[in-house]
Amino acid sequence: MVITQPKPFSEILKFLDGKKNIFITGCSLCATSCMTGGEKEILDMSQKLREEGKKVTGYAVLDPSCNKLQARATLKKQKQALDSSDAILCMACGDGVQTVAGLVNIPVYPANDTMFIGEVERIGHFSEACRACGRCELGWTAGICPITRCAKSLLNGPCGGSRDGKCEVNPENDCAWVLIYKRLKESNELGKFMEIKSPKDYSKAANPRRVIVGK
Amino acid sequence: MGLKQKLESGGFAVTAEMAPPKGTDFKRFKECALAVKGMVDAVNVTDFQSAVVRASSLGAATILLEEGLEPVMQITGRDRNRIAIQGELLSAGALGIKNVLALTGDHPSFGDNPQAKGVFEMDSVNILQVAEILMSGKDLAGNDLSGAPDFYLGASVTPVYDPMELQLMKMKKKIQAGARFFQTQAVFDIELFKKFKDAMGDIDTKILVGIIPLKSPGMANYMNKNVPGIFVPDEIIERLRKSQDKVKEGLKIAAEFINELRRQELCDGVHIMAIGAEENVPTLLEMCDLESAA
Repeated sequence: MVITQPKPFSEILKFLDGKKNIFITGCSLCATSCMTGGEKEILDMSQKLREEGKKVTGYAVLDPSCNKLQARATLKKQKQALDSSDAILCMACGDGVQTVAGLVNIPVYPANDTMFIGEVERIGHFSEACRACGRCELGWTAGICPITRCAKSLLNGPCGGSRDGKCEVNPENDCAWVLIYKRLKESNELGKFMEIKSPKDYSKAANPRRVIVGK
Repeated sequence: MGLKQKLESGGFAVTAEMAPPKGTDFKRFKECALAVKGMVDAVNVTDFQSAVVRASSLGAATILLEEGLEPVMQITGRDRNRIAIQGELLSAGALGIKNVLALTGDHPSFGDNPQAKGVFEMDSVNILQVAEILMSGKDLAGNDLSGAPDFYLGASVTPVYDPMELQLMKMKKKIQAGARFFQTQAVFDIELFKKFKDAMGDIDTKILVGIIPLKSPGMANYMNKNVPGIFVPDEIIERLRKSQDKVKEGLKIAAEFINELRRQELCDGVHIMAIGAEENVPTLLEMCDLESAA
């Protein structure tokens, strides 16, 4: 899931400076789960904007905001409200904002900061586990991603900064390499660790990336 | 005799560490280096140690060469991608720097520019690997070089580490990648180092044990609490606490430790990290039973 956090309201107001009529979009998937762009958060945002003297012309929870065809169809039904709007405030992830911005002719502003691809540990608790590096390493790392979970993204084992199995960069985090070592040892696969990993091929991660299924 | 010859001929090598200045004034750096000239086999220059902005290790290593000292150029993967690392190593080779110590590098969050983006495209193992490739006359992508460097490659190891097997596995990878010698994290307890030696088993390499002369009980407590891999035993802290001249007592403790390491033939040399008190290194070395390096 794409994890988002709300931007400070003051930053949002700065974007909307001089814009009176605001249409709000949310997202039915990730932003709803993150409580940053579901219907409830949209209604809360509408209230706050009204208190600042804005007029909320309407809203739509896109299903989801990153699906261009779905977003286009939903926004089409809102043509009247959109025609009377000066701007859209998009309560989705950075992808969702750009999808909406590509479909309309008025400015689109983000209400959220996009944080990472994460795991839902429980409601409201998210942790980063994948950095979308373009070439998955999990096959030899016991299902623990060192690119994401090691603060230095090391591929050949731990640095000297691990203490009692914790990372010195943030002692709340486990040292990914100690975790990988323990799991590989349990499954008798430590040999996988001894192979020297050459520096990663970052040409696989040259952005912007595009995937076309079948090609 | 250079560091390589000293170690490879079975001698007891002494290296001292010096950080390049934060600024362009190398006066103190040169003074401290010249003060140990003839007493050490080589001087390590750190590479933006603790992720702090300073003059670079390549620059400082070149200045050491000009002053007639043999440098060990430290290089980390924190601030450079593979292009910059290869370029730095080629420049080092052309300038006559023979010893290179590869490190992964401290995280930028510990430094004085914590907003920096850490690169970490290559870790210590990869830097050793690429240095070997450059020595073979190619670059990492397989392109030919006009002139290849010739390095004596080193790396670091932490003798107090849990799980030890993991540390030793990484050490083996470093050797496989090209490391010929190791400088260790600072050690204060001879029994802990013996345990590490035992755990090393048949790993065949040259080990220079890290020595930090303590300046106060507070320094020891701080390191125990904050520096992974460092363990100062209570009796040493107590000894410092009871002493009148704590700096002198710290040097005495370090000298006794070095002499004991040497007497018991536990290592191939020592690496002294004075951390800001480099002017004390000659005094320390005079207190040790060492032949001069010159």
